Amino acid sequence: MTAPQAAGDIGTGPGGACLHCGEPVPQGSAGGAQFCCSGCHAAYEMIQGMGLESYYQRRCLDPDQPSMRPDDEDTRFDFQAFADTDDQGVTTLHLMVEGLQCAACVWLIETVLRKQPGVQHARINMTTRRLVLKWNANEADAEQLIGAVTHLGYRLAPYDPSLISAENQQREKQLLRAMVVAGFAAGNVMMFSVSVWAGKDMGEFTRNSMHWLSALIALPAIAYAARPFFHSAITALKAGRTNMDVPISLAVILASTMSLVETVRMSEHVYFDSAVSLVFFLLIGRYLDSRARGRARAAGENLMGLKARAVTILADDGSREVAPPERLKPAMKFLVAAGERIAADGVVLSGESDIDTSLINGESVPVQARCGEKVFAGTLNLSGPITVEVTQTGEDTLLSEIVRLMEAAEDARAKYVALADRVARLYAPTVHTLAASAFLGWWLIAGLGWQDSLMIAIAVLIITCPCALGLAVPAVQVVAGGRLLQRGILLKTGTALERLASVDVAVFDKTGTLTRGTPQWVNRDAISEDDIHLATSLAIVSKHPLSRALSREVSGVPAAEGVEEAPGSGLKLMTADGEVRLGRRGWCGVDEDGEHAEAELWLARPNAAPVRFAFSDQVRIDAAQTIAALKAQGIDVMLLSGDRQAAVAAAAKDAGIDDWHAELKPADKVDRLSALAEQGKNVMMVGDGLNDAPALATAHVSLSPSSAADVSQTAADVIFQGDKLAPVLEALHVAKYADKLIKQNFALSFAYNAATIPMALAGFVTPLIAAIAMSTSSLVVISNSLRLGLGKGFTLKRQTDSQSNKPVQPAAQKET
Amino acid sequence: MESLIYLIPIALVLGLLALFAFLWALKSGQYDDMEGAANRILFDDDAPIAQKKEEPKKDAKDQD
Repeated sequence: MTAPQAAGDIGTGPGGACLHCGEPVPQGSAGGAQFCCSGCHAAYEMIQGMGLESYYQRRCLDPDQPSMRPDDEDTRFDFQAFADTDDQGVTTLHLMVEGLQCAACVWLIETVLRKQPGVQHARINMTTRRLVLKWNANEADAEQLIGAVTHLGYRLAPYDPSLISAENQQREKQLLRAMVVAGFAAGNVMMFSVSVWAGKDMGEFTRNSMHWLSALIALPAIAYAARPFFHSAITALKAGRTNMDVPISLAVILASTMSLVETVRMSEHVYFDSAVSLVFFLLIGRYLDSRARGRARAAGENLMGLKARAVTILADDGSREVAPPERLKPAMKFLVAAGERIAADGVVLSGESDIDTSLINGESVPVQARCGEKVFAGTLNLSGPITVEVTQTGEDTLLSEIVRLMEAAEDARAKYVALADRVARLYAPTVHTLAASAFLGWWLIAGLGWQDSLMIAIAVLIITCPCALGLAVPAVQVVAGGRLLQRGILLKTGTALERLASVDVAVFDKTGTLTRGTPQWVNRDAISEDDIHLATSLAIVSKHPLSRALSREVSGVPAAEGVEEAPGSGLKLMTADGEVRLGRRGWCGVDEDGEHAEAELWLARPNAAPVRFAFSDQVRIDAAQTIAALKAQGIDVMLLSGDRQAAVAAAAKDAGIDDWHAELKPADKVDRLSALAEQGKNVMMVGDGLNDAPALATAHVSLSPSSAADVSQTAADVIFQGDKLAPVLEALHVAKYADKLIKQNFALSFAYNAATIPMALAGFVTPLIAAIAMSTSSLVVISNSLRLGLGKGFTLKRQTDSQSNKPVQPAAQKET
Repeated sequence: MESLIYLIPIALVLGLLALFAFLWALKSGQYDDMEGAANRILFDDDAPIAQKKEEPKKDAKDQD
C-alpha cells in the first residue's frame, strides 16, 4: 500500500482542492501543488494511465462519505482465507467496499478491476456496497487485484457471503414473490368483481361464471401469498398469544371459504376480491418493513466488516502470520505497526510508541508506551511499531467488563414494545369480539340464517382488518430510513425512531463526540514565527496527532531534510548548530512536573530555552449550535466524560453545556443514566468510546458517530457519519416528524374504522363498499407517509448559515 | 357475450405471462441492486464485459 510521505491532513492550505480526493492541498505537500499527498498523486496517475480520467468529470464527491484519500492507516486482511477457488481455477472473492461516493466510483472500480489480468467478473452492488470479484487464480493473486483498488482510495474488506443474512434476504425475496402473486390475483379478481358490480342486468349464469373464475384465481393465490400471515398466526397461537396476524388469517380464511360456499349456492355476493386485496395490501406493508430493516442491517454489517482487521502474529521461531484477532491466545506475541489498532490486552515486549486511548477512557492526550507497560485492546498505536504479548483474553479484560455492563443494560431495554405491537395487542381481541358479537347478534337475536350472519361477521373482519394499520408504521419508517440514510445517518434498530421522538434529556460524551477527538494547537500567539517555522518543518514528517495538528495550522513550510522520529519521544534533526528536538517534555530537557492539563509538545534547540506548544481537543464546529438547538426544543443537555476535570470544563463551556461531570468510569455513567430513567426521563445518549458502550446500551435511545469503537456502534441505535453533530438534530427531527405521521396514520385508520364498522355491523357492507373502503384507506395512509420524504430537511445549512447561537425553532413545528 | 369466452382467457394469460416474467427477473437477481441499475445506464459508453479485450482502445476513443 502506498503510504503518503507527508502528513497531509484536512487543512486550510492555500493550494485549492486535491485533484483526486477533493480535500484541500496543504503547503509543501509530497504530492506536488495539485495533490494533497503522494497517494492521491499516484492514484490520479494510475487512472490517467488507464485512460479513465473521465471519471473525474462524472463523479460528484459526497461530503458525507469518507475521503477518497488513499489511507496510510494500514488495514490488512487475510484475503486468501475468504477466496474460494473452483476446479477450473476460477477464484471468487466477496468484498465490502468503503468510500463509494457515487455511481462513477462503481464504474471506476469495476473498469479498473476488469483491466487487471485474469479478472473475469467484477460487479458492485450499489445498494449493499458489496463487490463480487472472480478471476483466474493462475494469472493474478488477490493482493495484487485488491491493491489496484485500494490505491485509488477505496477500502475493501473480505466477507463470507454464507454468514451474512442469507436467511433474511431469502425471507425478503419470498415476501416480494408473495406480494407480486397477490397483486396479480387482486388485479384479475377485481376485473371480474367490477364487471359483476357494474353489470346490474348481468344474467345469473354469467355472474356465476365470473364468481367461479374469481375463485379459480383467488384461492391458489391466497394459499400461496398468505402463508407469511398463517405462519405467524400459528406460531402465536401455539404460544398461547394472539397477534395482528390471527384476525388477518381468520378473515382471509373465512372470507375465502364462505365465498366458495356462496359461489356454490349461486348467491349474489362473494368476497374473493376483498380477501385477495387484503392480503396484497398487508404484504406491501410487510415487504416495506422488511426492506427498511434489511437495508439498515446490511449497512451495519458493512461497518463491522470493515473494522474486522487482521493481526500479525509472531511465532516463537520468528515467522509471521496474518490471522483474525480471535486466534490470539494468552502468551502469544503480535506486532502492532504504527497506525494500527491493538487487538488484545497485553504487555509491550519491545518498541516504544504513543498510544491513543481516547476510545477506551475518553482521555484526549496520547500516553507513552514503553517496554513492560500494559496496553488495551481497541487503543490506537500512533508512532512506532511495538511487539505485544497477550496477557488476558478472559474475564479480567477491560473489554469483557464493559461487555458485561452492556449486556445487563440491554436486557433491561429489550422490554421496550414497539407502538405497532402495542396497538396490535389491543386490536386483535377487539376485532374478534366485534366479529363474534356480530355473528351471534344477527343469528340468535335478529334471527337471520347462520350463513348470512356469518357473512356479516366476515364483512366486519374484512372491514376492520388493518390494511391501513399494517401500513401505518412501515410506510413511514421506510421513507424516514431512506431519508436519513441519504444524509449518512443509519438506523440500526427498528424502534429507534419511535424512541428518539420521546427524548427529553440528551447526554453527550466528550472526546470524539462533542469534540473532534483530534487535538488542535491553541497557543500560537505565544510563540515566535521562527520557532513555529522550525517546529513545523519537523512536525510535517510525523503522523503523530500533535505533529499533524501543528502542520495543519501552519502553511508555507517545507519539510526539513533528515528528520528522524524517535517513537514514544518525538522528532529530532541534526543541524549545523546541534540537535533540534520536538517532542515530549522530559526528552526535550524540561523537568517533568506531573499533571498537565493540556497535551503539549516542546521544541528544544541549541543555545535557547525550550518552547512549549499547547494543544487541546476542540469541540466540533457546530457543537454549540447543536446544543443550543436541543435546548430550544426543551431537551436538557448533559455532558458525562471520563476525561479530567479541566478538559471537560473547557469543552462544556465551549459547547454551552452547564451540567457536566468529569472523571466518570463506565459504571458511573450507567448509574447516572439509570437515575435519570428512574425519574421518568427518556435519555438520549450520544457517545463513541468503549467506555460509553454500557451507557449507550442503558439509554432510552443511543447514537454513535461512525468513528466510534466497534462495541459502541453495536450498542448504539443510530450511527451517523461526518465531522458535525448536526446529524443528531436531523435524526431527532425526522423521528419527531415520523412519529407525528405515524400517529396521524393511526388516527386516519381508526377514523375509517369508526365510520365503517357500524355499517358492517348493520349488514350494509357489500363487497363493493368493502373494496372501496379498504383501498382508499390504504392509499391515504401511504400518501400521508410519503410527505416525510418531501418535507424540507432540518439541514446543517439552515443552522450554520445563521452563524449564531440564537435558538432554533423546534423543527417539527416548522413543518406544518 | 360470446366474446368473453375468448377475451377472459386472453386477459388471464397475458396477466400470467407478466407475473412469470417478473418472477423470472426476480430469480435472476435483477432486483438485487435497484440503486446500481438506476445509475448504470449513465455509463453506457462502457464496453460490455464480453468485449473486455478491446476495452482500452474503445475507451481511449471515447475520451476524444
